Amino acid sequence: MPEPSRTSPSGVIAKDVALTGVLATGLFMFLLGIHTEDVPGTLLLTPRPWLLASTVAIVMAGRLMLHMLYWWPSDPPTRNMRIAIALLAPLAPLFFVWMLVDDPVEIALYLAGMYLLAAALLVLRYARGEGPSPRLGIAQEKLVDFWDRFGHMFGGVLVVIACALPFMPFTDRYILDVSIMVLTYIMLGWGLNIVVGLAGLLDLGYVAFYAVGAYSYALLATHFELSFWVALPLAGLLAAVWGIILGFPVLRLRGDYLAIVTLAFGEIIRIVLINWYSLTNGPDGISRIPRPSFFGLELTRRGDPSFHDFFGIPYSPVHRIIFLYYIILALALLTNIITNRLRKLPVGRAWEALREDEIACRALGINTRNTKLTAFAIGAMFGGFAGSFFATRQGFISPESFTFIESAIILAIVVLGGMGSQIGVVIAAVVMIGGFELFRELEQYRMLMFGLLMVGIMVWRPRGLITAREPSVYLKEKKAVSADLVQEGQG
Amino acid sequence: MNAKPTATPILEVSHLTMRFGGLVAIDDLSFTAARNDITALIGPNGAGKTTVFNCITGFYKPTEGMIALTHDDGTRHLLERLDDHVIARRARVGRTFQNIRLFGGMTVLENLMVAQHNPLVHASKFAIAGLLGLSGYREKEREAVERAKHWLEKIELIDRADDPAADLPYGAQRRLEIARAMCMQPVLLCLDEPAAGLNPRESDRLNQLLLSIRAEEKIAILLIEHDMSVVMEISDHIAVLDYGCKISDGSPEFIRNDPHVIAAYLGVEDDEVA
Repeated sequence: MPEPSRTSPSGVIAKDVALTGVLATGLFMFLLGIHTEDVPGTLLLTPRPWLLASTVAIVMAGRLMLHMLYWWPSDPPTRNMRIAIALLAPLAPLFFVWMLVDDPVEIALYLAGMYLLAAALLVLRYARGEGPSPRLGIAQEKLVDFWDRFGHMFGGVLVVIACALPFMPFTDRYILDVSIMVLTYIMLGWGLNIVVGLAGLLDLGYVAFYAVGAYSYALLATHFELSFWVALPLAGLLAAVWGIILGFPVLRLRGDYLAIVTLAFGEIIRIVLINWYSLTNGPDGISRIPRPSFFGLELTRRGDPSFHDFFGIPYSPVHRIIFLYYIILALALLTNIITNRLRKLPVGRAWEALREDEIACRALGINTRNTKLTAFAIGAMFGGFAGSFFATRQGFISPESFTFIESAIILAIVVLGGMGSQIGVVIAAVVMIGGFELFRELEQYRMLMFGLLMVGIMVWRPRGLITAREPSVYLKEKKAVSADLVQEGQG
Repeated sequence: MNAKPTATPILEVSHLTMRFGGLVAIDDLSFTAARNDITALIGPNGAGKTTVFNCITGFYKPTEGMIALTHDDGTRHLLERLDDHVIARRARVGRTFQNIRLFGGMTVLENLMVAQHNPLVHASKFAIAGLLGLSGYREKEREAVERAKHWLEKIELIDRADDPAADLPYGAQRRLEIARAMCMQPVLLCLDEPAAGLNPRESDRLNQLLLSIRAEEKIAILLIEHDMSVVMEISDHIAVLDYGCKISDGSPEFIRNDPHVIAAYLGVEDDEVA
């Protein structure tokens, strides 16, 4: 429905709310109004009038609140009256809700949810900077100012926090495990950022390289008894080779076509892993993947030589987790440093130029095929490193870990963070992976929250959280390039 | 016709033909562009001028004919056989586009750095020396920045070096695109309607820029243009195209008075008709 005019008189608002009610009834009539049950021989239909009625009433109340708090009609004229109406609105559906649940706790939850929505609407209204109170606008300006001045230190502060995390008093095994997972996704996000954010090639099959890295390490370690530190570069190299092999046929494709084909390649790798039983052990996966050693010292109770004996400290299983944490932290920082340096080199500039305008690149003598392949290969290499780490951390891998949803999550991290932004990927990975863990109690509603978050981001920050592009070279001062000028790339 | 005699033309186009299915876009076209000359290609819309450019720069593969480019040292490149990026890199042909194609999200300076991609990639030893920060690469990069600065001063955009290219006014974008092509150190510069959409002042600045490039850089400039004030003022040599055929070729003075050209393209002043 279109946004009604700001100066809607009350009649128009009433009509709009009524129309919303009719639409909601039509939509939910069969979805919620009738419960179908498949009993042998027939289909049992149970009407659920209270559920339907309360849903429609809540939708109408929400619409009224949207009018009162976000669109700000001129009628009723005063702010207090509008807020009063909005505060009364959630009470209207109470009768139906009461008939439906009949439980004071759930009623309280419902009211809390509605008033939270009211508060959110009001905040959004002020965030648009059109409210009568300029205080929020000033606060926003101050925040931007603060970011301009101290933003460049933010990354350093994060690194210090990340280095100190294992020794914080509140850190336990659970926090370390979650942090390792977050760091793995940060690394994958940074790797994919090269392909999607810098070169502008939409890759939906990034998990393929993650899988190649994981299986390369697992097979090299279990068959040839190569240590983690020898197998890690080999796995990265193999993943890069696969990046080139997969890159070649898809280079002629652009945009959506490229996305679909890369998605298919991701699936092909997974299906090969399932079916090539003699090599990969198929769906049973590979188990007993060796753990990494610390300069030859093993981090196990009975290792020879073992870490705790060498340093004369009592054995603790947390040592190994801390060690893994530092490995992935180092790998992720390596990814970041190399990417940042590459951006300032001709090859990195060529990636970004390719994203901006491929034809102009060719007119300037840039071999676009090779440039795209280097982006694919280097992105894949970091994916391979992350894959080997994943294999050594889990000790067991199977094709189930490399489904399309992984590619989607990594891509979501890159898009959410702001394509091409390194710090954006960190924020997005912490919010998405860490947040996902944090709300484990919410069970299936987690997915709902996740969807809401995505929709919200697409509405308010369609270019991601951090959108400004930092120039790779400057004469006098480094000015960030606004996101509306930066192209997203055609593949 | 009275084409200006030159010792070694940089560009020789001979018997160039380009067919798209049944459509003959260019029909047996021959012309040359000499060093230190501005050669203009004019003609009505759809005459095939941009197609000629796309054949020279390798974006189209010509159906028939030969396009030869001769460097100072005598090396010859047959452009009809090379890929677009090889033409730009090895034969050193720079071009601009009718609808400006800058890297809008990159700064003005970055645009000029991308144009020096190939020498820099070479100096960075395919990114390895660059990653390690070796001095050889840093030296080359400084040279590249110096060259970019030189051109920015020339197009009077030095103060906007750190602004995104898409933020520049239209006329400045046109000049930046020319500077970007010049940063490749081309021997042949192809400009596709550089004066389109410029106001008289900007178009005058463009003339000055092109004349100074001709005076200082010892390259051949090939120009497609509809703005006769630009064409007649700065070009040394004009070829006129109509329906893919060359209908005239010669000095601006000759073209201005050629009845074929007047009939096909230039037209006559209203009072002359009356």
